[in-house]
Amino acid sequence: MSMRNFVLPIFCVASGGMAFAQTDSAARTVADLPAEIEETGERAPSPPPLSSADDGAPVDLATNQYGIGSPASEEQIAQIDIDVMPDGRGLPEGRGTYAEGETLYADRCLACHGENLEGVAELGAPKLVGGRDSLASDQPVKTVESYWPYASTLFDYVHRAMPMDSPGSLTPDEVYALSAYILGQSGITSDDADAVLNAESFAQVTMPNADGFVEDPRGRGQTE
Amino acid sequence: MAERLVALEDQILGGDADEDCDCKDGMFNGLSRRHVLAAGFAVAGGAMTTGRAMAEAPPGAIEYPVQPDPTKEQGRTILDDGGYGSRSQFENEVRWRYPTASLDSSWSMTPLAAGFGIITPSGLHFERHHGGIPTIDPETHELILHGMVDQPLRFTMGDLKRLPSVSRLHFIECSGNGLTEWVQPTLKTVQGTHGLTSTSEWTGVRLSTVLDMAGIQDGAAWILAEGADAAVMTRSVPIDKAMDDAILAYAQNGEALRPEQGYPLRLLLPGYEGNTHIKWLRRLEVSDRPFMTREETSKYTDLMPDGNARQFSLEMDAKSVITFPSGAMKLPRPGFYEITGLAWSGRGAITKVEVSADGGATWQEAALEGPVLPKCHTRFRLPWTWKGEEAVLQSRAMDDTGYTQPTLAKLVEVRGLKSVYHLNAIQSWHIAPDGEVTNVHA
Ligand code: HEC
Repeated sequence: MSMRNFVLPIFCVASGGMAFAQTDSAARTVADLPAEIEETGERAPSPPPLSSADDGAPVDLATNQYGIGSPASEEQIAQIDIDVMPDGRGLPEGRGTYAEGETLYADRCLACHGENLEGVAELGAPKLVGGRDSLASDQPVKTVESYWPYASTLFDYVHRAMPMDSPGSLTPDEVYALSAYILGQSGITSDDADAVLNAESFAQVTMPNADGFVEDPRGRGQTE
Repeated sequence: MAERLVALEDQILGGDADEDCDCKDGMFNGLSRRHVLAAGFAVAGGAMTTGRAMAEAPPGAIEYPVQPDPTKEQGRTILDDGGYGSRSQFENEVRWRYPTASLDSSWSMTPLAAGFGIITPSGLHFERHHGGIPTIDPETHELILHGMVDQPLRFTMGDLKRLPSVSRLHFIECSGNGLTEWVQPTLKTVQGTHGLTSTSEWTGVRLSTVLDMAGIQDGAAWILAEGADAAVMTRSVPIDKAMDDAILAYAQNGEALRPEQGYPLRLLLPGYEGNTHIKWLRRLEVSDRPFMTREETSKYTDLMPDGNARQFSLEMDAKSVITFPSGAMKLPRPGFYEITGLAWSGRGAITKVEVSADGGATWQEAALEGPVLPKCHTRFRLPWTWKGEEAVLQSRAMDDTGYTQPTLAKLVEVRGLKSVYHLNAIQSWHIAPDGEVTNVHA
């Protein structure tokens, strides 16, 4: 079933066994059809999937009973380990001010989330501030300010997924600055122009709805 | 079509999008502004409306000349389709996109009324994406497992396919399934009210297999799953679930996953709300506590009337729905009909489905089609003779934990009207004397 394997026999012919020599410029965009077996014309089956161990990567059979997979290095992990946790674990080095955040917001976020962070329904971009004390009312307004229990989620989410038209493009400094602006606008942190957020101060932020979440209390088989 | 939805929008919001209404919710704003709706549909609906006039074959089909008498000439030649079959040009079921304002963060729904048995065709499996559908070459895709493990590991797709595998039939249901239906009957069809659930046979490696290989450390309690899409979607999963029946799935219904279902690799958490089944899976991090990602705080939490929100309601409660007859159909005349539908529970197997034709006053047990599998759609059927009188059809499911599917009133009594997610109430279809079937609250 592996597309890699569909391609393999063809590459073997075409490139004399250099099946896995693949450069970025020659990255494939589709799989070729399975090769035909010469004598019978049958389609060649997928060969057994190659494990990375078969590629020569080191595997310690003492700790890995199948001899499949390879150790992930700290560097490889660091490349994609971007999550930030409520206790501040995962916050990268860096800093940003409210004023820097205000400028960045105007540049990178305002078109979708509105001049006053009020959201733009036509674009599906949520309101980011306001709504405090509305959650128990008939018209609850769920925003970063009113609903989100942890500031870490703001850093984590903006860093990984925003701006929607260019996700993953913000540096840690920029995310600190944008967080300082959004939390400042929410009255959660200072809205002084030079108010700074960094890993240390960020981990100290307490959100208004920090105690607003409960575990589902229903027991097994219980309807409500 | 767009106009009808505009009318629907008026119906939901009273023609007046209140600043503070649910339309501000990321999942709910699709019905909030008429011009966006119309624009979205010009794109999405174009192929269906204008396309049909040009008699193009429906998506997934190839148009072949219809033979006047197929017994008098040879049919088309074998492998005319290139070696991968297509459906009949006379079959036209398609997923329907709920008109969210954002096209990147949106969802499409399975046409349940057209389904048979329990398996959803892969091309009709519902979709929920928060950042579009990535195109990923499986040769370059990797899964990294790290955190509180003795040996962090890296797996290529080849690695995963060489490990011991399992195949299991399971439904996936988005916990937003039915979110339009809390206050009043809103969408007209079972596709709109219930189409965020689908069942496939999933094949892959048990997550416990790779966790055992890495060695979970003492104190580990949660595991973060992360996708390689533009949303870099993340959810925290209890480690007990990960060790129990979770699957790293690379295949669906006998072939590789469809791209929109997470190709080349997705997490499968049988019975858990759909959002946790992270697609395009690239990273797993073991931890001692949940990560509190955006989707498990801002979204997919149930706001209760007291202002607190229930969090980590991960197991989908027992639910059922009659798919025939269902909303927007018209029964041609009194007579025999087979009532049929689907039941499922995220906690286990369905033990019983009862059907009422009088709005819940009396109930009759429906036949369950085997195999009845845990955490899987179960097909139920009941022969019924419609006498041409007004009727309200309902079904209610029970599972092997003793849970009985509740009425909407019962749910609302506890949860109020603002919890958005996890609506699993009994569905009512009204049959008018003229045979018209409509979505009602009864
Ligand atoms: C192209 C439009 C667009 C831009 C630009 C944009 N966003 Fe968003 N944003 C969205 C959409 C759409 C969503 C909802 C996504 C979803 O629900 O999956 C969203 C969601 C969010 C949320 C989560 C809100 C909630 O209540 O869950 C935050 C926080 C956010 N954006 C911050 C930002 C910041 C900060 C920037 C600027 C760096 C930004 N966004 C730029 C469109 C945009």
